[in-house]
Amino acid sequence: MAKKVKEIIVNKEWCKGCGICVHFCPKKVLKLDKSNKAAVTDLDSCIGCKLCELRCPDFAIEVKFLDNEQS
Amino acid sequence: MPVKDYIRKRFFPHIWCPGCGHGIVLGGMLGAIEELGLKKKDVVMVSGIGCSSRIVGYVDFHTLHTLHGRALAFATGVKFSRPELNVIVPMGDGDATAIGGNHFIHACRRNINMTAIVMNNRIYGMTGGQFSPLSGPGIYATTAPYSSIDYDFDIVELARGSGATFVARTTVYHVNEVKDYIKKAIQHKGFSVVEILSQCPTYFGRKNKLKDVNEMLEYFKNNTTPVGSQAKKDNPNLIERGIFVQIQKEEYCDKYLNVIEAASKEVKG
Repeated sequence: MAKKVKEIIVNKEWCKGCGICVHFCPKKVLKLDKSNKAAVTDLDSCIGCKLCELRCPDFAIEVKFLDNEQS
Repeated sequence: MPVKDYIRKRFFPHIWCPGCGHGIVLGGMLGAIEELGLKKKDVVMVSGIGCSSRIVGYVDFHTLHTLHGRALAFATGVKFSRPELNVIVPMGDGDATAIGGNHFIHACRRNINMTAIVMNNRIYGMTGGQFSPLSGPGIYATTAPYSSIDYDFDIVELARGSGATFVARTTVYHVNEVKDYIKKAIQHKGFSVVEILSQCPTYFGRKNKLKDVNEMLEYFKNNTTPVGSQAKKDNPNLIERGIFVQIQKEEYCDKYLNVIEAASKEVKG
């Protein structure tokens, strides 16, 4: 069974707003906010593929799971 | 150990431009090191000069930031004196094949046990967007306002022909492959080369009318294919990804150790 996503943490200090996470999210969970930083819009749709975290060039995204799973 | 424990957080956010692929390579590389369970003190990272070479400043290993193109020469010295350490050499395309071209082919030829990672964004980013030996014909650059007429190197063929015993290629779009190939390259005993196609939206993208970083990543997605696939036969213009060379050959440090032993016996008589 898929692991349940607890939260997606965006480090706004490190995010440079390149939009890779937004463009390649398979479920369109993310968007760029007014200050051009990644923001979560629909956490419930997140399937926990972690592609945003892996493709973020700035180490600005972290996907956290429930059940003490390693993030 | 989580990936973030391997970075020097005090230097973040890093200097790379928004959307630069080098950060993705860094993430993949640290993922590989994490999965291998390597300790910080067992890894040495050596780099030359360029945007890509700034990578060593951000990792919490033993690091050396050396001369342009000469990273492999310094790394050879490190490996020779401390063969038990894992030596990783991240390089840019210009650093590896232009300024350091000679070091690159000779490191391949010697088959010394270390890992060269060529972050290929097909342009010199740090110095303002000049074309590199990997730009290829038809590419616009600061120094090629009417487009480049130079043919490009094929890193995979260059490394294979020079004698590297592990050669792989992937792109930053295929981020799990980045991790996987770097992991296999570190595990491989001998000289391993991993070419990773990366994007430079600031110079390569802007000069070549690529709208944004996502268009560049879409290009990697749509114009590459796994090695030996039917798609490549149907469309020869596709770039192949995968492991191209993986052979066992006696390693340089081991051979040198044999020389030391033979010479010691002779002296003792």
